[in-house]
Amino acid sequence: MIDVNIYRYNPETDKFPYTQTYSIKKPEKDIMLLELLNLLKEQDSSISYRRSCREGVCGSDGMNINGKNGLACITPISEAIKNNKIELRPLPGLPVIRDLVVDMTEFYAQYDKIKPFLQNETQPPAQERLQSPEDRDKLDGLYECILCACCSTSCPSFWWNPDKFVGPAALLQAYRFIADSRDTKTAERLEGLSDPFSVYRCHGIMNCVNVCPKDLNPNKAIGEIKSMLLSDSKKENIIASDGMS
Amino acid sequence: METYNSSNIKTLEFDALIIGGGGSGMRTSLELAKSGLKTAVVSKVFPTRSHTVSAQGGITCAIASADPNDDWRWHMYDTVKGSDYIGDQDAIEYMCSEGPKAVFELEHMGLPFSRFDNGRIYQRPFGGQSKDFGKGGQAARTCAAADRTGHALLHTLYQNNIKEGSNFLNEWFAVDLVLNQAKEVTGVIAFSIESGEVAYLKSQATVMATGGAGRIYSSTTNALINTGDGLGMALRAGFPAQDMEMWQFHPTGIYGAGSLVTEGCRGEGGYLINAEGERFMERYAPNAKDLAGRDVVARSMVLEILEGRGCGENKDHVFLKLDHLGADVLNAKLPGICELSRTFAGVDPVYNPIPVVPTCHYMMGGTPTNIHGQAYTQSNGVDEIVSGLFSVGEAACVSVHGANRLGGNSLLDLVVFGRAAGIHIQEALKTGGGVANADKDDIDQALDSLNKINSSNEGFEVAEVKRELQSVMQNYFGVFRRGDYMEKGVAALGDIREKVSNLHLKDKSMAFNTSRVEALELQNLFEVAEATAIASFQRTESRGAHARDDFKERDDENWLCHSLYDPIQKTLNKRDVNFAPAQVETFEPKVRTY
Repeated sequence: MIDVNIYRYNPETDKFPYTQTYSIKKPEKDIMLLELLNLLKEQDSSISYRRSCREGVCGSDGMNINGKNGLACITPISEAIKNNKIELRPLPGLPVIRDLVVDMTEFYAQYDKIKPFLQNETQPPAQERLQSPEDRDKLDGLYECILCACCSTSCPSFWWNPDKFVGPAALLQAYRFIADSRDTKTAERLEGLSDPFSVYRCHGIMNCVNVCPKDLNPNKAIGEIKSMLLSDSKKENIIASDGMS
Repeated sequence: METYNSSNIKTLEFDALIIGGGGSGMRTSLELAKSGLKTAVVSKVFPTRSHTVSAQGGITCAIASADPNDDWRWHMYDTVKGSDYIGDQDAIEYMCSEGPKAVFELEHMGLPFSRFDNGRIYQRPFGGQSKDFGKGGQAARTCAAADRTGHALLHTLYQNNIKEGSNFLNEWFAVDLVLNQAKEVTGVIAFSIESGEVAYLKSQATVMATGGAGRIYSSTTNALINTGDGLGMALRAGFPAQDMEMWQFHPTGIYGAGSLVTEGCRGEGGYLINAEGERFMERYAPNAKDLAGRDVVARSMVLEILEGRGCGENKDHVFLKLDHLGADVLNAKLPGICELSRTFAGVDPVYNPIPVVPTCHYMMGGTPTNIHGQAYTQSNGVDEIVSGLFSVGEAACVSVHGANRLGGNSLLDLVVFGRAAGIHIQEALKTGGGVANADKDDIDQALDSLNKINSSNEGFEVAEVKRELQSVMQNYFGVFRRGDYMEKGVAALGDIREKVSNLHLKDKSMAFNTSRVEALELQNLFEVAEATAIASFQRTESRGAHARDDFKERDDENWLCHSLYDPIQKTLNKRDVNFAPAQVETFEPKVRTY
């Protein structure tokens, strides 16, 4: 038997959150944590969590597993069981709607803030805009983000200032567009991040890198943004090169 | 709990309502966002969680990048042949000829396509693709962003919807259509999953962009959310569904897990082997081999397994061999597959083959529409447009896929017809098209299923009934079908209907009650499953994905037509296939070999 300790909170009936322990026979096969949750939900239909693709590409089921953020659907229970126990809590730092479901409004608001779309005011050609494979390679490790919020909600700077610090997920996307040879708004994008909070609240704690279920590196992207912001001459070069493309 | 009626729920009014925030829904909304019409996208999940995100290999389109002489007519030929000749040729022509425009638009929006050395969009070979109307050998026509094309496409569409200021009702669940006395669609009953609040979303145009329903089977590549909600609503409202017997079983679902392994693996040079290590597709499709149509490959795999040449302890799967491609190619072109395979099969494709098995993947059928997304019904055998109702993407049957979809054509379908529906709705509403109001009784009627489930004090367990339904579909309506088995399946579904109508919702709470959503989803799954079962049983031939042991041949004399399932009578009617493209000669039915 294993004990699954789940954070429970239903705003209609509970004044305070509590932990409920579910004892379940350890499955013979090594299943994913999401499948285990689905089995528990058959016992107690009131447990609430988000899920969709069940293969680690949609980003729905980010949660805090034994103190570390991750996706339930690609975490095998063999990895999650510690001393015959699994601790499941909602992603930290965001308001809880119910059980393992958090209110992601602030997380999405930061994403919207960085203008997460290609900006290029030149008239597009009749076909595609050309991009060399080398330039396209610069987007690898950036565009794959699934917006699961595991990184931003593991970041103490985001916990302190979720309204002002953009957070690792949205900064990764900010850099995804800065790095795109087809985007011509690098200067404006950097300008929008130049206040004391948006980027500079990142103190290189690296939790984001440790928890990313897609093995992405927001810290590196943030480093790139910081060095672009700091280097005036480099900034001018970028503006010049944008004018060329 | 409180019984809802027209006077105790609020009404939110829109010009256009899109149900579903996947690729087709967001392409429609993007078009409408620029129009000034009051629009909302109603999505039961945050849009980037939609199943489009799982599409891997690419979007097939004759953009003439890999081959500067490529021609959309060749793509059209392949698609017509792939459909086993029951795809509508006017719709296929529209998709293939408009496709390049739609793909270039996506690129301009920022979609991070992979590139060739000359900077143009990377294209890879996919199954069923040819040059020169089948005479010029294998084509490479599938535009790709590594093996994450669906993710790249869905995120790009969401990003551009943010740019254009689209209005989203995220984590809202649409329950049922509202119909006025003239049987026009005037919107939907929906509730906020977060708060539980119920509302009548009133609209002049309601677009079903709710995707597929692969969860009617126990083994599927589909996301858990693919429960055919739009089609379920349409069937409950009495509107027909077309070609529901046509379900694609993708050759390469990961054995045991169901996760998709893209056809792009075979496009890049991977191939299937049986227990003897034989590349068996050489026997079944001497020319196209592993890149024959998906229906052909899936059936060949099942035959290998049935004849005892399956792999593993139970000899119940085959292997997809990729290691000969080398780590560099795999990491550059198929990084997502390597990740999925390590996670779900415990296999690193750089060194070992992936265990795979045909797995339910795509619903070729759906609500019949024209190229503008307008839904059809039939009255005395004559097509009639349903005012106010539209359908796009996998939920619709326009029909470009006929009896078998070609790989890479679903993403093209989404963007081409999402865009077309958006353009049409703008024009129609600006020139005064619209629907009459529903009255109080109409709205109350649409609240019935929600009230019923909310007031259930006893009844059947959702999880149990769902499992039963999925197992009936898996056992009786799989890759190979037989009349006597299907008859048993149809009868079993009769019993399941009783249970689906009497589900027990134990948890009646309002806030983020996912068990309420799951109960309503099961009712949608059931409607889709029943349509599938009856259509499969009654189409007495083998065509495309519909392969019958008791009717092994294609029967053009009787079945070169769509099937149209009538949910009220539970009968199957026939509907003409369009053989009249505007710009090219008709592609006449031929024997289909690869």
